[in-house]
Amino acid sequence: MATVERVLTDEMIEAIKAYFPRYPTRQAVTLPALHIVNQRLRYVPLAAVVEIAHLLGLAPAEVQDTLSFYGFFKQDKPHGETRAWVCRSIACALRGGEELLDHMCHTAGIRPGQTTADGKLTLEFAECLGACDFAPCILAGDKLVKNVTHEAADQLLKELRNGTNAKGNGQP
Amino acid sequence: MNQITMPKFEPVLLANIDKPNSHTLQAYEATGGYRALKKVLAESTPAAFVETIKSSNLRGRGGAGFPTGLKWFFLPKDHPGPIYMCINADESEPGTFNNRILMEQDPHQVIEGIILSCFATRATTAYIYIRYEYPLSLERLQAAIDECYAAGYLGQKILGKDFSLNLYLHRGAAAYICGEETGLIESLEGKRAWPRIKPPFPAVEGVFRKPTVVNNIETACCVTQIAARGVEWFKSIGVPSDPKNPRDPGSYGPKLYCLSGHVNKPGCYEAPLGITCRELIDDYGGGVWKGRKAKAAIPGGISMGLLTEAEFDTPLDFAGPGRVGCLGLGTAAVVVLDETVSMVDFLHNSCRFFAHESCGQCTPCREGTAWSLTMMSRIKAGRGRLRDLDLLLEIGDSIGIMPGTTICGLADGAAWPIKNAIRKFRAEFEEYIKRTNPTGYMVTDAVESLPILAGH
Repeated sequence: MATVERVLTDEMIEAIKAYFPRYPTRQAVTLPALHIVNQRLRYVPLAAVVEIAHLLGLAPAEVQDTLSFYGFFKQDKPHGETRAWVCRSIACALRGGEELLDHMCHTAGIRPGQTTADGKLTLEFAECLGACDFAPCILAGDKLVKNVTHEAADQLLKELRNGTNAKGNGQP
Repeated sequence: MNQITMPKFEPVLLANIDKPNSHTLQAYEATGGYRALKKVLAESTPAAFVETIKSSNLRGRGGAGFPTGLKWFFLPKDHPGPIYMCINADESEPGTFNNRILMEQDPHQVIEGIILSCFATRATTAYIYIRYEYPLSLERLQAAIDECYAAGYLGQKILGKDFSLNLYLHRGAAAYICGEETGLIESLEGKRAWPRIKPPFPAVEGVFRKPTVVNNIETACCVTQIAARGVEWFKSIGVPSDPKNPRDPGSYGPKLYCLSGHVNKPGCYEAPLGITCRELIDDYGGGVWKGRKAKAAIPGGISMGLLTEAEFDTPLDFAGPGRVGCLGLGTAAVVVLDETVSMVDFLHNSCRFFAHESCGQCTPCREGTAWSLTMMSRIKAGRGRLRDLDLLLEIGDSIGIMPGTTICGLADGAAWPIKNAIRKFRAEFEEYIKRTNPTGYMVTDAVESLPILAGH
């Protein structure tokens, strides 16, 4: 029988297990585990779901059920090196958020949810980023970009595609 | 002119946010931080502190305005435990960002309130459910929690007393529904965030099937301030209870108002509960931008509906917005729409938000929000019919816990912008539809692109 390569590394497994003492059930570690895998792989393939389920003593379908609810974890392929969310909710929309998203998609040559061909950037729309005092705003990786003009967006896109922008997915 | 000058309101919840390193324990303690905790732990008992909060009439700041002390009081007495505290930091209501500011700039004020709340409720584990979109808040809170464990404010035998507490951060995954308290509980348990049917209420059976309190971040900060300054101070601010209504808890205390949209100075402002929308816009926000006039404003997050400009003198307390047909005070997040905004665009934006965020559990909400977006998209695209306005109102009047067709209030939040926008600005909608669809606006039959509407 051929050995199937594991998706979860020892480091990921340890990181997931470190959450066990926090909760009275293993199932509660589902979201932390999904975040741990997603931070490292930039997606959560089905094989990882199966391995997480095994770790948590759940059926894979239970983990997949939770994962699929959120629409946050990609499963087909990794998102770009930076994932950037452009807010389209009311406070940003009143100050040009939708035009900003259009402009950035046009400049980057992708639609919301897509990744640039060089794999550097995934652009998404966001519902209220909770930074309405800086509308329109973008969350690029872990960085909140405030009061974004089209010129600032062009600059941000350039930085993200040249890899000069501090990126990251946040640590829980 | 005999002008009464109001004493300038001294911010309390936001008192520290502009100080250097305001997010650190050192800076917090330098301004008297954790003195209230020490005092309460030394001098009070859990039951007495519940009484303190109850007598303050503090109402939850997350949106529903339920009295916090009463929520704690509903926990079963002499329960063998564990009792859980969930802190709702899933601030996702469009227009709302006050929790973000507290968590980023003054996380210890939040944590002191959480520790006090856990002392009162005898909770030994607390989770802060924090939305994904707040990475800086997450970082600052985690650093603050680490400082607290090191300083003996968290962990075993806090300040030498027989009181232990563990506090953990739990990161969400970008879903609005997780801000609904039982949706939050389900999400925390590792499930899809489908709100639960109540009763049982979380106080009886919450997370992990144990008694649970779910409180908001700003509520926790109010607990800190009440412990530090006393009930009398808290009740000296805001709007007193209605003497004709013995069940009215009033609107006491300071409130963080978020102001955004078409104003000169968007921001989070602390003011006494009961400030009017106009005062907030003019005195704090520097007026409407670009010298324009306002047309309308969202009074407390998009779920609450709309105030017309003529209704701007409405006090933003727990009872005010309801008197002019809005859903309530909500999160007290005011978003100003200037005279150039098309109400069609506004309502399309609102419907799109709720169609995206409906969790899909209850059919009226899932279908109602999706169809309202479909109709608004068609109207916006110039294919609207006057009849669509009645159909939209039919959706608005039939989805939610108020008409009794859904489990949680998300649908009420989706319905209110529809009802307020169309009922308060109907002429504008009709004009838009007639202008953009001159040949088809009177059609009442099912139209080809939306055949299912005929059976609605």
